[in-house]
Amino acid sequence: MTLRTDLALISEWIEPGSHILDLGCGDGTLLAYLRDTRQVTGYGLEINEDNIVQCVKSGINVIQFDLNDLDKGLCDFNENAFDYVVMTQALQTIGHPNFLLMEMLRVGKQGIVTFPNFGHWGCRLSLGFSGKMPVSPALPGQWYETENIHLCTLRDFENLCEEQGLEILQRSVVDPDHRTRFMMTLLPNLFGEFALYRFQRRPQ
Amino acid sequence: MPKEIPPDSVGIVKPEVAYFDEPIKLDCGRTLPKYHITYETYGTLNADKSNALLICHALSGDHHAAGYHHMEDRKPGWWNNYIGPGKPIDTNRFFVISSHNIGGCRGSTGPNTMNPDTKKPYGPNFPIVTVRDWVQTQHKLGQYLGIEKWAGVIGGSLGGMQALQWSIDYPDDLRHCIVIAAAPKLTAQNIAFNEVARQAILRDPEFHDGHFYEKGVIPHRGLMLARMLGHITYLSDVGMRKKFGRELKEGKLNYGFDEAEFQIESYLRYQGRSFAERSGFDANTYLLMTKVLDYFDPANKHDHNLGEALAHVTADFFVLSFTSDWRFSPARSEEIVRALTSQKKNVSYMAIRANDGHDAFLIPNPVYRQVFDAYMQRIKV
Repeated sequence: MTLRTDLALISEWIEPGSHILDLGCGDGTLLAYLRDTRQVTGYGLEINEDNIVQCVKSGINVIQFDLNDLDKGLCDFNENAFDYVVMTQALQTIGHPNFLLMEMLRVGKQGIVTFPNFGHWGCRLSLGFSGKMPVSPALPGQWYETENIHLCTLRDFENLCEEQGLEILQRSVVDPDHRTRFMMTLLPNLFGEFALYRFQRRPQ
Repeated sequence: MPKEIPPDSVGIVKPEVAYFDEPIKLDCGRTLPKYHITYETYGTLNADKSNALLICHALSGDHHAAGYHHMEDRKPGWWNNYIGPGKPIDTNRFFVISSHNIGGCRGSTGPNTMNPDTKKPYGPNFPIVTVRDWVQTQHKLGQYLGIEKWAGVIGGSLGGMQALQWSIDYPDDLRHCIVIAAAPKLTAQNIAFNEVARQAILRDPEFHDGHFYEKGVIPHRGLMLARMLGHITYLSDVGMRKKFGRELKEGKLNYGFDEAEFQIESYLRYQGRSFAERSGFDANTYLLMTKVLDYFDPANKHDHNLGEALAHVTADFFVLSFTSDWRFSPARSEEIVRALTSQKKNVSYMAIRANDGHDAFLIPNPVYRQVFDAYMQRIKV
């Protein structure tokens, strides 16, 4: 079984036997992998019809859900119902990511997110020299057709965590092939194309 | 009527009857000394009896869920779109049992059955049954047919509520519970509609307090009104608009009350009349069924906490709703899903985009079929 490397990285962060909620679970690859390799239980939330059918086929629990329904948040779930709430490559598509991050930590003990880093040198070059929104393997699609409406840099995300009282437990920075190179560890906000974070509420 | 039986049909089917002489105690406190259940089966039971599915019908439904009774049959069974070889409820894989609930009027013990004590039809004296009573009698039917563990119990609307009740009352006796276009209990609005339907029947001069059999009449006006009202709640605003709009039957206004002028009026009258006169639906049964719906509330005994009511279920759940269903809207199905996730139970859920209102669960729809099929394939037999 080949697994997208970012998903493989995430699954290493997850304790076997955990109960997890996957926000925007796509075709259910991560949940199916975690179920098969780490005896993880839980639910995937997804809005796309084809993805829901795929999830049902692969035997995971999928619940149709619109993450952009701000009034709802994750109110369908109780406090601390999950060990982890995961959201891969969706934070930048959400209407109110700050609210959703807090919701993730209301229903889950820990949160895990991944997103494209807008501070990557390629983005800075595109904006700084050509004066255009960047288009790259990490950020495919023109500005007018992309789902990404709340792009941020690593520093932006970490500042938001600080403001909202979130404690970052683990960070990983990778390229589109999900490899970590030396320069990324040195200057992650400049050289990392994708960021992976694990976080929790800062202990009072 | 079918000219020939299509390859994805279960073909010609024949109802069977199971007789039970052991008295059964009902929720209302009364006892039925004996009763019978009419059912149909499609497909073949496998050697280890692991492929049995139980189908629960809706308010005016019955055991005839698929196929035809004879070549002159006008219409196939009520869920023919989804039961048959290669369909989601695949009769090549599953042994399907579709039973008719007691209190009904099409073959199982009900108001139009002879009361052994009086040698007259039970009529209005038939006890008011509940979804739990139905589940209890279906459990007896399962024993009678030698089925210890159902691969799944499936139902739409009131039938979905019955499937839910199954998972609560006999948690170890089903592996999958499929709840379609249902709700965990009725709202005040739902009960209000039922009450209007009941009043229409009760106030029909030919109802005779439910003893219309002896008078040789049927309260067809009341039944017709009840069905017309029900029908409005089964369709959606957008669906009706698409199908009928403001189309006039004769292309002009007649400035009167007698004739149906708009197509929708004509349609509702036709549906109402056909239900009251041609289908022979029993007025006492209609009253009873609306009460069954009103009383259904499995969370009631658990301090109105549905999660608590579902704490001991072991079945995997598949819950489906339809976007234009306002009788049991997606939000009502989501209450069931929320209760299940709060108990960490296995559940998948989808709200299917459809314009057909509550009736959508009966109507062909590619996405519905696809996701239903995907779930049914998951059931190991």
